[in-house]
Amino acid sequence: MVAFWILAPIMVIAALGILFVRKAVHAALLLAVVMMSLAVLYLALEAPFLFAVQIIVYTGAILMLFLFVLMLVGVDASDSVVETIRGQRAFAIAGGVGLGVLLVTGLGQITLGTAVGLDDANAPGNIQALANILFSRYVFAFETTSALLITAAVGAMVLAHRERLTPKAGQPERAAQRMQDYAEKGAHLGPLPPPGVYARHNAVDTPALLPDGTAAESSVSRVLAARGTVRSAPALADDIEEIEHQIGWAPHAGRDAAPPASTTEEAPATGGEH
Amino acid sequence: MYAFHEGGGIPVVDPSSADGVFSLLWLVVALPLAGAAILLIGGKYTDRWGHLLGAALPIGSFALSLAMFVSLLGREEDDRQVVQELYTWFQTGHLDVGMDLLYDPLSALFLLLITGVGSLIHVYSIGYMAHDPRRRRFFGYLNLFVAAMLMLVLSENYLGLFLGWEGVGLASYLLIGFWQHKPSAAAAAKKAFVINRVGDMGMSLAIMLFFITFGSTSFAVISAGAGEASQTTMTILGLLLLLGACGKSAQFPLQAWLLDAMEGPTPVSALIHAATMVTAGVYLVVRSNFVFELAPDAQTVVVIVAVISLLWGAWIGCAKDDIKKALAGSTMSQIGYMMLGAGLGVAGYAFAIFHLLTHGFFKANMFLGAGSVMHGMNDDVDMRHYGAVRKAMPVTYLTFAMGYLAIIGFPGFSGFWSKDKIIETALADNWIVGLCALLGAGITGFYMTRLMLMTFFGEKRWERDVHPHESPSVMTIPLIVLAALSVLGGVMLAGDWIVDFLSPVTGVAPHEDPPLPAIAVTVIAVCVVAIGVALAWFLVGKREVPRVAPQEVSFVTRAGREEVYGNVINDTLVVNPGRHLTSALLTTDKYVVDGVLTGGPVTIGVAAQVGRRVQNGFVRSYALSILGGALLVALALLAVNAV
Amino acid sequence: MDDVTPYVVLSGILFTIGCVGVLTRRNAIVVFMSVELMLNASNLALVAFAKQHGNLDGQIAAFFVMVVAAAEVVVGLAIIMTIFRTRRSASVDDASLLKY
Repeated sequence: MVAFWILAPIMVIAALGILFVRKAVHAALLLAVVMMSLAVLYLALEAPFLFAVQIIVYTGAILMLFLFVLMLVGVDASDSVVETIRGQRAFAIAGGVGLGVLLVTGLGQITLGTAVGLDDANAPGNIQALANILFSRYVFAFETTSALLITAAVGAMVLAHRERLTPKAGQPERAAQRMQDYAEKGAHLGPLPPPGVYARHNAVDTPALLPDGTAAESSVSRVLAARGTVRSAPALADDIEEIEHQIGWAPHAGRDAAPPASTTEEAPATGGEH
Repeated sequence: MYAFHEGGGIPVVDPSSADGVFSLLWLVVALPLAGAAILLIGGKYTDRWGHLLGAALPIGSFALSLAMFVSLLGREEDDRQVVQELYTWFQTGHLDVGMDLLYDPLSALFLLLITGVGSLIHVYSIGYMAHDPRRRRFFGYLNLFVAAMLMLVLSENYLGLFLGWEGVGLASYLLIGFWQHKPSAAAAAKKAFVINRVGDMGMSLAIMLFFITFGSTSFAVISAGAGEASQTTMTILGLLLLLGACGKSAQFPLQAWLLDAMEGPTPVSALIHAATMVTAGVYLVVRSNFVFELAPDAQTVVVIVAVISLLWGAWIGCAKDDIKKALAGSTMSQIGYMMLGAGLGVAGYAFAIFHLLTHGFFKANMFLGAGSVMHGMNDDVDMRHYGAVRKAMPVTYLTFAMGYLAIIGFPGFSGFWSKDKIIETALADNWIVGLCALLGAGITGFYMTRLMLMTFFGEKRWERDVHPHESPSVMTIPLIVLAALSVLGGVMLAGDWIVDFLSPVTGVAPHEDPPLPAIAVTVIAVCVVAIGVALAWFLVGKREVPRVAPQEVSFVTRAGREEVYGNVINDTLVVNPGRHLTSALLTTDKYVVDGVLTGGPVTIGVAAQVGRRVQNGFVRSYALSILGGALLVALALLAVNAV
Repeated sequence: MDDVTPYVVLSGILFTIGCVGVLTRRNAIVVFMSVELMLNASNLALVAFAKQHGNLDGQIAAFFVMVVAAAEVVVGLAIIMTIFRTRRSASVDDASLLKY
């Protein structure tokens, strides 16, 4: 009972959290809390097999599926707090309270008395006992369940399947497309330059430098460019002087006044030193 | 071959089968019917010769009627009932109705009247309707009328009689409204039709009652079994038949249509609304003598109705300035005399028919004369615009004068004999009724003299552009014939011929000593008529007749002009309540019945408009209702368990 | 330790919370999570009653519920994905075309 009194408030608070948190991911995590606690309660109720199944199937599989879909849909999607259907929230709360009062009072009215306990039933071991029942009395239901699961799997595949609208482009088609783009728009024919190959850094967020010292825009991912996290190559050159000073080599006096272009010109050389 | 009920003295209709010339009986009806069919179906292709055909066929019928009449006279007195069974009209359950024609003395006289006067009026109409573009149709309707009227008087059962009864009603409707472009004519036709429906309802109820009581509508069956029915049944039958007769014959209280019916062409007024159709009620009462003889109460009602109508019509006749309406009032009054005769029982039947025949002559004569005058006065009917017409239209004047003398009962003229007999019989029956009849005779003298003076004598009061001229001979010849008949019609009474002739139908009256000797009654009647004539002479003939009817007149005159408020009474008692009922029913229908019918869908529609908002497409709302439902179920479970 | 009533009451509370979650949240995935919460709550009750009655049928039932829930989640999330793919939204209120 100790476990119950510890877990029950946690579960209720977590469940209420599902109601109030705005982000679906948080709701999923709170649901995980409820489910894990529930697993523990199963253990307390002498159902070790369900304890395992609850953790493995529910928390492990189903909840992960939820999170997976959340990732697909958009983790950031959060509910607006404004209720759009007039009276829905008030009636929902009223109905919920009514249901809760009804259930709790209804259950409070009945006296269950002392539980029989599962010691006898679990005598050969909980899993063996369950298996005995499952494969004897409930065998048809069990087999039906397998059909259900297969149907569900097929259904999910059918639902998730997207029809191809255009024929799949193979290598010849892609090559032809590239040549056409080059002919019409002058698009670069070869592969895109890898990032930072000839710069001081070869991180993905550092653009490569072209032979004339300018940064190659196409060498970094457009996503990074959109996020504004691309580092410019010349900005990385501010420690050159310090390094030259450390190694006691000063080929140019007016280094500071030099235009960034000149810096980039030297970049291959410095890069070569590394 | 005719038998009597024991004690009743009512002859039973027991005809022999038709043979010889009588086998052509059906042709009498068929000829005008064929004429109507040809003229109405043939349409404009018969326009050129339609009126000639229309006039020829009734003449053919007349010739047949005359031949049969002569043949009938040649028979033994007790073998004068002939029936021609044409075919079974219809047979349903126990009701077996044959299309049988009965030819007996009563029918014979009617046949002669209808075809004879009808033929003359057809001939007259050739001239009268010469300028009407729809003359052919007019003749078609007239032939239809003649056929229906012949069917009415020839049928051997009440159902066939009813067929003719409705046929003449239809023809009357069509002919009153012949000038349908006039709203007044259309309204008059409708009025006649509607009022006649009231009477027809009585007729049809009577026929149903006949069938229920006797299992047949045949005269033979009913007259044979009449003694077995209860007197109450007979009284009800008599009253129902009287209702029908009142409707058709314009008797009180269904008289209002007759004056309006004068909207029709004048030959129509002469034929239908004076000589023949309106007398169908009298025919019905006389034909149904086996009913009325067994229902003394009904007979009393007939007499009362007759006396009221007699005076009512005479009153109207005194006040009307419209020559045709004055004559129509007179017609109503004269039919009152016939009804009176018919209501007096065995003693009066023959005189009723006698007066019917003479009235048919002189009233047709006068109507046609009036038509001739109107013809010359550019269809003006207001007598105040007449005066001194006698010089311009001498033939019309003279023939009209014959009719005039006949109707007032100038000694020796036909009306004198017939009316005098009815008054005499009435006095013998009940002195109050007799006095009323005498009074009516005096008033007849007054209004007919007034009409005569205003039309043919005095100063010219003509409208401008009116140049009266004598009508063409095709119109005057029928007038002359009818005038001759008006003068000589009294011959039929010579040696009580008509009474004896009709006795197979009407029975023989037991001889009673009259309270007054016949000659005294005659003298009194002539004196009363003379007083009426003299009164008219002093009130109308000696004075200047104003061209516009004076408004400052006594109540009596005003009431007479208003047709003794018959229309007002009808409007108050029937038309307005009916109208209110109709509008109330309409309102009820519109708002209650339709309200229920359309209100249901409208309510459902509105509910659906509101209710469909529940289907807002938000799955969470649906979930909320599921929760609500689940809560309700749970609460219900708890409640049930708690109990 | 012999009375399972607190478990059952907890189950009811969790069920109610899940219910309200279904009704109030608009993100389809969170709604789905609330459904899962309700299923778990019922599982708890089943297991508790299994102990109460001393047989394992309740546990078997809970086991089946888990299996069915797994199948349901697979299909349900696939549906959500399909809807998201076409409508660029995971809000249950946006899929409201089927209405008056």
